[in-house]
Amino acid sequence: MTKAISARALRKVYPGTPPVEALGGVDIDIADNEFFTLLGPSGCGKTTILRLIAGFEHPTSGSLDMFGQSLLDLPPYKRQINTVFQSYALFPHMSVAENIGFGLEMLGKPKSEIKSTVAEMMDLVQMSHLADRQTSQISGGQQQRVALARALAPKPRVLLLDEPLSALDFKLRKNMQLELKRLQTETGITFIFVTHDQEEALTMSDRIAVMSDGAIRQIGSPRDIYDHPADRFVADFIGDTNFLPADVIATEGERVSLRLGSGKTITAPARHAGGGRVTLAVRPEHARLEAEDSGLLPGVLSDAVYFGTDTHFHIALDDGTAFVLRQQNSPDTETRFAKGERVSVSFPGEVAQVLRD
Amino acid sequence: MESIPDTIARRTARNRWLLLIPALAILLFAASGPLLITLVYSVLTPGDYGGVEWQFSLDAWFNVFMQRDIFDDTLGWSDAHLSIFWRSVKLSALTTLACLAFGFPTAYFIATRPKKQRDLWMLLIIIPFWTNLLIRTFAILELIRNEGTVNTVLIALGLIDEPIQMLFTEFSILLGMVYVYLPLMVLPIYASMERFDFRLVEAGYDLYATRFRVLRKVILPLVKPGVIAGSILVFVPSLGAYVTPRVMGGGNQLMIGNLIELQFGQGRNWPLGAALSITLLAIVMVALLAYVRVAGNEETPHG
Repeated sequence: MTKAISARALRKVYPGTPPVEALGGVDIDIADNEFFTLLGPSGCGKTTILRLIAGFEHPTSGSLDMFGQSLLDLPPYKRQINTVFQSYALFPHMSVAENIGFGLEMLGKPKSEIKSTVAEMMDLVQMSHLADRQTSQISGGQQQRVALARALAPKPRVLLLDEPLSALDFKLRKNMQLELKRLQTETGITFIFVTHDQEEALTMSDRIAVMSDGAIRQIGSPRDIYDHPADRFVADFIGDTNFLPADVIATEGERVSLRLGSGKTITAPARHAGGGRVTLAVRPEHARLEAEDSGLLPGVLSDAVYFGTDTHFHIALDDGTAFVLRQQNSPDTETRFAKGERVSVSFPGEVAQVLRD
Repeated sequence: MESIPDTIARRTARNRWLLLIPALAILLFAASGPLLITLVYSVLTPGDYGGVEWQFSLDAWFNVFMQRDIFDDTLGWSDAHLSIFWRSVKLSALTTLACLAFGFPTAYFIATRPKKQRDLWMLLIIIPFWTNLLIRTFAILELIRNEGTVNTVLIALGLIDEPIQMLFTEFSILLGMVYVYLPLMVLPIYASMERFDFRLVEAGYDLYATRFRVLRKVILPLVKPGVIAGSILVFVPSLGAYVTPRVMGGGNQLMIGNLIELQFGQGRNWPLGAALSITLLAIVMVALLAYVRVAGNEETPHG
């Protein structure tokens, strides 16, 4: 794997009283031609990583390489890295075409080449008809495309995207997600995408790094992260999850036997084997609603909310925990249970994730 | 018989004129009036003890640019006046450039401070501005005169043996005017810069622009209104400056302002003073038009 970006023990502390540690020694390897997403709540350090890679900030310690060469002594204008800013940061005194050509002009490319590349880029983001507009005269979605074209025009080796879709409305955001993925595949440029929107991360990324409090909690493919969250934070942050307390009663190789709160036992795969009390994570769509005596965890159906594609069942388990499960709807299914009825929750041991604490 | 709507319409029209009276009065008595008087005085004959005789004459206008040799009556350019015009324009232009050179980085510095600190920095720029002009000028004089602070320190350090003659030169006038007018440059540039989105600077760096090119291609075009306003605010009063060249230039480095004062005072030639005043106004107008044209054209569209 060719590493586009490689960071070791990357640390950033902002001076102040007390000093703020935005990034506490992070290791990341991002492959060439990868759509890599940094995902986390605001203030988790994801934007700091982006600014360090772009060169707007200097790390307190650690190393940062691009294709095997250290970036640390290079100012931003000498890094073959471009950024799509959250605010777009388009130059208001230039037209759309001038904005897109700015990077090439600064690189000293000949006029003819600038012209053809700008035309090509405007075509790529479908903005050709607005080439001579001022940036204040185009809509937010169009500004977003211009910002993207401007960053792609100099053909950077790495493209950084700082929550570029957050200002767009829902429909436009959905379209742009697909478009970004298409652009990444077409151009072959390594994309590093920052977002706090887990759905955005799951749909676009090749790999995701989930961050919190200046540290990386897990790096993996979207599927890996969704299906096998490494810890409680990741399980909670990505998608909806039910957390259940359980006790380990036996460990056999890669599998553990667990006793649930109801006293019933299941066996689950355990990547992070440990003893004593653990937390189980079960996704709402992986559990089933059953009659009171046939399931694993008995309780009372407290609410059923119809969502069109699926119905969300809220169950108050007998041990006091709340459990949510989802069932897909189709015209031929009908709700078997009524509110207030005693029911039970059931799931195969295979879908339960044993979390490290 | 008048219909009612007609009366109302008339009353509104009359009220409109009533409301305009303060503005019209100011325009008439403060702007056009004095200018008109000056214009009229410039084509009259000087009185023996100042004032004017009501007799038409173009002598004053003739004397602004030309002079007749006392001995052989030959006609020639009025070298004294022309050199004073030239000095005024030159020193004002240099003052503007120097104010720009110091004022721009100052405004940039203040605009990039945290929001809480900015007001304090601006206060430091404005405080001297509240001080009496004469006092500020004498403070500079105190610094650079032969027995002043700068020369005393330099001699004490053994760097020079004789005091450097700084006072009563064009340099001292320039120094005084830059000091006096600097806030007029900083304020409008700061006002532009405060509205400037500094994230654009990062965008510039990101797109391979060096520091200088970010300044040239991104910052300058966007704060240009402030730079133009500041330059005009410094250049125009510099051209008519009176106190600073008088104090810092002694008697021998006159600028237009001093020349005009001379005509109304010791010279007892009010028409010449009036003609010179209008010449000054004309120079300001021409300079402004030229400047705005040049500054406005600088940003030519590419490609």
